[in-house]
Amino acid sequence: MSDKTLTRMDLSEAVFREVGLSRNDSAQLVESVLAHMSDSLVKGEQVKISSFGTFSVREKAARVGRNPKTGQEVPINPRRVLTFRPSHLMKDRVAAGNKK
Amino acid sequence: MIRSELIQKIADENPHLYQRDVERIVNSIFEEITDAMARGDRVELRGFGAFSVKQRDARTGRNPRTGESVAVEEKHVPFFKTGKLLRDRLNGKA
Repeated sequence: MSDKTLTRMDLSEAVFREVGLSRNDSAQLVESVLAHMSDSLVKGEQVKISSFGTFSVREKAARVGRNPKTGQEVPINPRRVLTFRPSHLMKDRVAAGNKK
Repeated sequence: MIRSELIQKIADENPHLYQRDVERIVNSIFEEITDAMARGDRVELRGFGAFSVKQRDARTGRNPRTGESVAVEEKHVPFFKTGKLLRDRLNGKA
């Protein structure tokens, strides 16, 4: 494991290497991809990227939570959460790549 | 939305690019994320979320049909945590 953290810059760099657009255009494209995915999720749609994984939005019901420190009850409002389900291919590659 | 629809949206916004290049661009982004996780790296995309690898310890599992114990090896699984901005947007706060 190399334990590095990649950012948008590394993804732009990958796009730049792949098609040789300018670094600026590559960064813009990475941004557009993330923006389209986010917009679609905000609309409540599922985003399904074959051989990568599926992002879906789930509705959570309201419930009564508790402040673990004070024991005080606090209402938790209904909310929407995002879940990511990795594809089999991704799971296999991540498992194989990190195997000791 | 599926991969091909995402590619189409990007292609529509970038009429100066060949469709096949847009395909390569979109694919290379997802490929880069998967490659990073296969190396054990994290990918942090501020406002969207972060992809990381979690370790699951070795454990003794059980075959649910026969009740037999089986040793399950330690393994690594992909994990995604939603970014703050996207989480807020999902709940109409941004």
